[in-house]
Amino acid sequence: MLTRTAWLGRLAPALLGLLVVAGWEALVRFNDIPSYVLPGPLAVAETLWREGPGLLAALLVTLRVTLAALLVAALTGVLLAALMAQSAWIERSLMPYAVFLQVTPIVAIAPLIIIYVEQPFLALLACAWIVAFFPLVANTAAGLRSADRGLQDLFRLYGAGRLQRLRLLLWPSALPHFLAGLRISGGLALIGAVVAEFVAGTGGSETGIAFRILEAGYRLQVPKMFAGLVLLAITGIGIYGALAWFSRLLLRRWHESALPPRS
Amino acid sequence: MHRPLVRLENVAKTFPDGLEALAGIDMEVGRGDFVSLLGPSGCGKSTLLRLIAGLAQPSGGQVLWPDGPPAPGRIGYVFQDPTLMPWGDVFDNVYLPLRIAGQGRGAARPAVEAALELVGLADFAHAPPHALSGGMRMRVSLARALVTRPMLLLLDEPFGALDEITRFRLNDDLLRLWGEGGWTVVFVTHSVFEAVFLSQRVLIMGPRPGRIHAAMEIELPKPRPPELRMGADYQRICAAVSASLAQAMGSC
Ligand SMILES: Nc1ncnc2c1ncn2[C@@H]1O[C@H](COP(=O)(O)OP(=O)(O)O)[C@@H](O)[C@H]1O
Ligand SMILES: [Mg+2]
Repeated sequence: MLTRTAWLGRLAPALLGLLVVAGWEALVRFNDIPSYVLPGPLAVAETLWREGPGLLAALLVTLRVTLAALLVAALTGVLLAALMAQSAWIERSLMPYAVFLQVTPIVAIAPLIIIYVEQPFLALLACAWIVAFFPLVANTAAGLRSADRGLQDLFRLYGAGRLQRLRLLLWPSALPHFLAGLRISGGLALIGAVVAEFVAGTGGSETGIAFRILEAGYRLQVPKMFAGLVLLAITGIGIYGALAWFSRLLLRRWHESALPPRS
Repeated sequence: MHRPLVRLENVAKTFPDGLEALAGIDMEVGRGDFVSLLGPSGCGKSTLLRLIAGLAQPSGGQVLWPDGPPAPGRIGYVFQDPTLMPWGDVFDNVYLPLRIAGQGRGAARPAVEAALELVGLADFAHAPPHALSGGMRMRVSLARALVTRPMLLLLDEPFGALDEITRFRLNDDLLRLWGEGGWTVVFVTHSVFEAVFLSQRVLIMGPRPGRIHAAMEIELPKPRPPELRMGADYQRICAAVSASLAQAMGSC
């Protein structure tokens, strides 16, 4: 059951959103602002409804790139972090290159990737992967190092092998860190996919939502740009929400971050 | 001449930062002994226990095992903190040593359940550690140390963080288990009363660098009932041990 304050806590942001939207609509109407300059929320909603199917199909293309990149980033991130956990030397040799990928702006690398990787889906995936990859490696590597010292002694005492240590001790210790990285990377993968689409222009037969926004811009279909933006924002929030849920699901039995408050 | 289980000869430990934690340690632990290491905080008790367990190497002297070094699982260790895996339940935690040894879950079940029975936690096999009290977590830790049926049990201030009522009860339980199990125990504590109540022999340690100041045989009957703590003999021995401890600390 939600208490009164909890209800108010949920109501307040919704109310604020409603006020802003209403104010925006009023502003557009009373000043007669043409929709190619600033469309009102009703016009955006109407466009969203009319162009919905086309935009959703485009969104699906972008979403496919995003999720594939996130998956690949998770796999390669964990693999690389596990490799780094084997020795300080490996970590010291690899980390600078991971940082290099992280700090170089994706907008600057994307054109090169799009030239060298011919298959458009793979090119977009590579761009999104580069953006999503670093938080996963860095967090997982930190997590693998965070295993309790007492438990490390215990594993040594019982003569645990490298793999047993990794699987039974280091990986569970790293899991909360990995999941925190995943929540960050989910949003980043979407950004990476969008940037790559902008750079790639008309990539292949299927075009993603970012390219549709760009295209609508060329044609001064501003309401459609807003509609695309709304869909992207909702998708970003959805990805974050899904990953947060997934994280709670995995940690709810034991980790402080997911345990219910003491009552 | 009986052969001791483990013998330390002139053992020293200096840490890389130059800190001299232990110097000139000579001691023997015989089969079936209950030996306590008693000393103030920082005098190297934990370090000594880690050396015996092979978790650290001495920087001087030797740790000798006349019958060969113990195989994994022959030493049980209870740390100062419960040191449980929060992602596993009580069963998973007690099962861990057997799991590392390659035993399947099903095959290990009887041993794990027996260990939980010993520490009185048979009904809590599927509880997560965060749902247990401090005393119960320590019992899980003890069950984990016992599950491989070790020949040597190393206990590092296992009850130091518990309230006195719980500590007394766990002391009684520990003595009962030791009486039944016939294993060897090295017990670290900074409580005179605990050391005297539990041990056959108390090694009194002094600080800077840690060394053994005196060894005292505790002449008390062998099943030791809780009422013993009120007896005159017990009080007298505690007073003697306290005096020796004061000397050990004063001479530094
Ligand atoms: N890994 C280490 N590196 C450096 N100094 C240490 C290390 N472990 C313990 N010490 C030091 O050695 C001394 C003895 O520590 P310890 O064995 O934990 O004492 P006790 O268990 O009797 O309280 C302390 O001064 C402690 O700070
Ligand atoms: Mg200690």
